[in-house]
Amino acid sequence: MPIFIDRRLNPKDKSLGNRQRFLRRAREELKRSIRDKVQAGGIAELDREHAVPIPRKGTGEPTFGDDKESGRRQHILPGNRTFSSGDLIPKPGGGGGYGSAPGSAESDDNFRFVLSREEVLDLFFEDLELPDLVKLNLKQVLSFKPRRAGFAASGAPTNINVGRTMRNSHGRRIALRRPKQAELDAIARQIAELEAKPASALVRERLATLREALDRLERRRKRIAYVDPVDIRFNRFDPQPVPNVNAVMFCLMDVSGSMGEREKDLAKRFFVLLHLFLTRRYERTDIVFIRHTHEAKEVDEHTFFYHTESGGTVVSTALEEMHRIIEQRYPVAEWNIYAAQASDGDNFAGDSERCIELLDRKLMRLCQYFAYVEIIDERESHIFGATENGTSLWRAYNAVDGKWPNFQMRRIAAPADIYTVFRQLFARQPDLRKSA
Amino acid sequence: MVSQVRNSELLFSGSDWNFAKLARVYDEIEALGFEELGLDIYPVQMEVISSEQMLDAYSSVGMPLMYRHWSFGKRFLYNELLYRKGARGLAYELVINSNPCIVYLMEENTMALQALVTAHAALGHNHFFKNNHLFRQWTDAGGILSYLDFAKSYIARCEERHGLTAVEAILDSAHTLMEQGVFRYRRPPKLSSEQQREGLHERLEYEERSFNDLWRTLPPSGKSKPEATDETLAERKKSLKLPEENLLYFLEKNSLVLEPWQREIIRIVRIIAQYFYPQRQTQVMNEGCATFVHYTLMNMLFDRCRIGEGAMLEILRNHSNVVFQPAHDDPRYSGINPYALGLDMMQDIQRISTAPTAEDRDWFPDIAGRGDWRDTLLDAWANHRDESFVRQYLSPTLIRKWRLFMLADSADEPHYEVASIHNERGYAKIRSALAQSYDVGASRPDIQVIDVDLLGDRRLRLQHTVKNGIMLEGGSRDATLRHIRNLWGYEVSMVARDAETGAMLSERSTKEI
Repeated sequence: MPIFIDRRLNPKDKSLGNRQRFLRRAREELKRSIRDKVQAGGIAELDREHAVPIPRKGTGEPTFGDDKESGRRQHILPGNRTFSSGDLIPKPGGGGGYGSAPGSAESDDNFRFVLSREEVLDLFFEDLELPDLVKLNLKQVLSFKPRRAGFAASGAPTNINVGRTMRNSHGRRIALRRPKQAELDAIARQIAELEAKPASALVRERLATLREALDRLERRRKRIAYVDPVDIRFNRFDPQPVPNVNAVMFCLMDVSGSMGEREKDLAKRFFVLLHLFLTRRYERTDIVFIRHTHEAKEVDEHTFFYHTESGGTVVSTALEEMHRIIEQRYPVAEWNIYAAQASDGDNFAGDSERCIELLDRKLMRLCQYFAYVEIIDERESHIFGATENGTSLWRAYNAVDGKWPNFQMRRIAAPADIYTVFRQLFARQPDLRKSA
Repeated sequence: MVSQVRNSELLFSGSDWNFAKLARVYDEIEALGFEELGLDIYPVQMEVISSEQMLDAYSSVGMPLMYRHWSFGKRFLYNELLYRKGARGLAYELVINSNPCIVYLMEENTMALQALVTAHAALGHNHFFKNNHLFRQWTDAGGILSYLDFAKSYIARCEERHGLTAVEAILDSAHTLMEQGVFRYRRPPKLSSEQQREGLHERLEYEERSFNDLWRTLPPSGKSKPEATDETLAERKKSLKLPEENLLYFLEKNSLVLEPWQREIIRIVRIIAQYFYPQRQTQVMNEGCATFVHYTLMNMLFDRCRIGEGAMLEILRNHSNVVFQPAHDDPRYSGINPYALGLDMMQDIQRISTAPTAEDRDWFPDIAGRGDWRDTLLDAWANHRDESFVRQYLSPTLIRKWRLFMLADSADEPHYEVASIHNERGYAKIRSALAQSYDVGASRPDIQVIDVDLLGDRRLRLQHTVKNGIMLEGGSRDATLRHIRNLWGYEVSMVARDAETGAMLSERSTKEI
């Protein structure tokens, strides 16, 4: 008898290590696949599994192999039906063996494999940690929901707790010995009986005592109320802070001619990241896309990223549009409002002042968070790197930045910057509640 | 009552299997195999695995233990996709040439299939592994598992010490040369035992510790550079044992840049390549032997009423799927099916031995009509590889049955020419050409190290011997040469020389790439 070993319960993912090595190897190509997907697909689509073609570049395994186009060969094939020696058979077009080269040229194009969500995110954010760590640092909007919290001696009449009130009243009545109706009834009955009898001195005297007792009891009953204000108890409600489960994210982008493909791509990445972050945090996340040239419009995602429009650049129009939409659709009490603005920093002369005012007076009070990213040329990055100097919008926003802790601004020059910038943006912990 | 007796004689009924049934079937099949076919096998270890585990095993070249490399991950993805899409089923079994012989059974198999697989792998393949001379001489069934275990942990240790990238670079380069990493003619040295390996490592570590860079900086003693006369050239070639066909071996021993751990990794790849070399030379025989054994044994069991009719039907259905051979113009055609060819040739030997025709007596005077087909087969299984087996035993009857024909294919002609068909003039030619196509040594490019100028520019010179004008494919050749340069450390060049005329056809150096 042979040895039997049941291996079915052994760990299954024996080749997981190989898979990881393969993904690392094909990293560049996979990254490109994911990037294409993100560019083609919607912002909200990143955060899930993706099927990607099996990468071929960098994963070839070369060996010395024969050149199919040279030399003399002999093939032995089965199933001859009509041929006899000396027959000539034209070669099928495109070279290659006469069916004898067994499927060497596999068409790899159909092969797609599924990357898990984590792998996708990892590739997308270029092997940086995901913003889980940031989560805790995020200030959160509190809205309040009343929650039962015991009883109170005061409150609104609608909140009276009858059961509790009557219990108090009963106790008090016992303690103060409030006469019961039955006692009064008994005395009244005695009085009636005596009155029916022929009047004698004894009877009269007895009637007088009874009447006096009845009177005393009735007075006592009147003095001790059945339900006294001290008995009354109200249901007590405490306002319980609850995190808002809805978030709306405003994407504001300058789409005037100065924003090229590169700028838009970078902006998109930043938006994707913010969206990802919000979806992890909130049950429901809306996205509002506002694009602007010299006038602002709310548009759908596709238009936002892919339609170009010519015109000047007036940033304040976008802020106004955002404010209008908030007023209309997103009451501050119910929504956490996030805004991300991407621009190359151009603005119509004099408009920056208006932006400051809009932000300062209106928007910053409503927003949970306002992030401004300025997309600059890579060559500029070292010039502007650390200085406060910059475009007109940058200088204007600097003023807002100083004033509002939930306003952040950064410069982005390359895709690799985005995550770090994002991290910086969310790393600070402004200890502020919703200051309305 | 009668049917009950019959039932109790059946080895199993129903499609569910359990370990008791497996053991009963195995014992029966083994006894039959010994008695009727004279098989001789390694002890068997049967392991039941799930389909995921089978996919895992596929991607690590069928071995239960393997070091980690991205190419296995890639292979896994391919196999998984094919399997998921239903383009390819999984094998019912996998068998490993080891002692004890490990047979994987899939849990999804029915009992009838498990019986088939037991006969096929645990007896057929097992007998072949134990008795065929290639496996006996060139592989070490007893040591392979412990060697793989060593290889896996050694490479894992290297990854820890030197980083994934460094290890991967060496493995990549070594993998490209796996085909050139076997001794085709010289017998490879035995696998060293665990003890020897320990000793080796201690020695390497001692060398690393006691390395003194000072000696390297000593000025060369003699100023006169030796002249490159024919004599010194011959001397040098002799001292390096050139020409050398095993490129991995040469690089492992003589590379100028490799660290000891890198050499050890090359050695691991080389040993694994060597281990699989006999399997590539004996596909037809190995599968033929296993198929012949399962077919014969299953029929014997059925004749003795040990297997029910339903189970036998299932077995035959699977059997005929395995040995299906579409004709060359069938869209399903993808080369000659080794299972089909092997089984047909072995059954043909049986026929020639018991009921020969006059033609058979002409072609096979040694075995025709002798009736001892068992001994003939046992002898063939022990002493042949595909090439010699076809050359010796492919009969005209079989050539007619398969309607084999030969196409001459010259790259510069717009036509194929039908050179031979299944007729009197063609038999010998078809047989010899088919045999030739199974000669792994002849059908793979012949590339050897011919010279290396250690005192000059240290260029490694390779020679590709061009047979029948078949050159190497340019892109993959350049990529492979780059890998060789990585391992050698200096420039590498390769000349292509015609095998017959000796004329130089082309030369390619890594400098030009």
